[in-house]
Amino acid sequence: MADAVLFEFLHTEMVAELWARDPDPGPGGQKMNLSVLEGMGFRVGQALGERLPREMLAFREELDVLKFLCKDLWVAVFQKQMDSLRTNHQATSLPQGTYVLQDNSFPLLIRMASGLQYLEEAPKFLAFTCGLLRGTLSTLGVKSLVTASVAALPTCKFQVVIQKS
Amino acid sequence: MAVCVAVIAKENYPLYIRSVPTENELKFHYMVHTSLDVVDEKISAMGKALVDQRELYLGLLYPTEDYKVYGYVTNSRVKFVMVVDSSNTALRDNEIRSMFRKLHNSYTDVMCNPFYNPGDRIQSRTFDSMVTSMMIQVC
Repeated sequence: MADAVLFEFLHTEMVAELWARDPDPGPGGQKMNLSVLEGMGFRVGQALGERLPREMLAFREELDVLKFLCKDLWVAVFQKQMDSLRTNHQATSLPQGTYVLQDNSFPLLIRMASGLQYLEEAPKFLAFTCGLLRGTLSTLGVKSLVTASVAALPTCKFQVVIQKS
Repeated sequence: MAVCVAVIAKENYPLYIRSVPTENELKFHYMVHTSLDVVDEKISAMGKALVDQRELYLGLLYPTEDYKVYGYVTNSRVKFVMVVDSSNTALRDNEIRSMFRKLHNSYTDVMCNPFYNPGDRIQSRTFDSMVTSMMIQVC
């Protein structure tokens, strides 16, 4: 259990360090910092995407890969499973090739007070994870766009849009 | 044991290739290149196969007069190809399988190395010496 806490501390420090020099860097600087975090997540995701499915059977389709993210990757990083995975088959309002992964108590947000007070700060704490998902997917052969959205604090949704080439 | 070991990226370019009799290097490059078609065929057949046949080890790709070519594909679609001397009949399928597993483990270590840039040629010495140990065992 202790390593979970270490990761949370490290992640908090990564975020804090990037915003330390200039707490209000304006929209350009904000974007820059977020993409640094996203890039770090991407590299970690690439490594995990190679390491975790080492003993597993070959993935047959996209859905297998997405299930792997929700179960194995999430357990490896956050010690819990993703709470729900919705596909475009179930929710027709979403465009083709879109998956929504929902975590009702996202560990990196749960330390912040629940509710709306710190809602503005949330994107900083989601960029790394977006990169993590995108990196893992790209290693497993799925090109994607990952965005995160938060409505009320510990709950967050990751929207994965598969890019068909 | 193995005379040639190759790691091929998802996009079918070599990440690492080494063969033991260096004078005939080109011949092995050619053999590995030819085997990629068979690998692709096996991968696409795997997609349609039943649940229990989805293994990473692809088995014997094709035999030639002097050599046997074996293949393995990771979940990230990185291919490992190994050329083995066919005069070496003592080599069982299981041993090949465990050699591939060792190769896979080493490859994941390379991927997790922060100094390695995914997609570059593998220059890690640890990986190199592991491949050497697989080649020397019989020679």
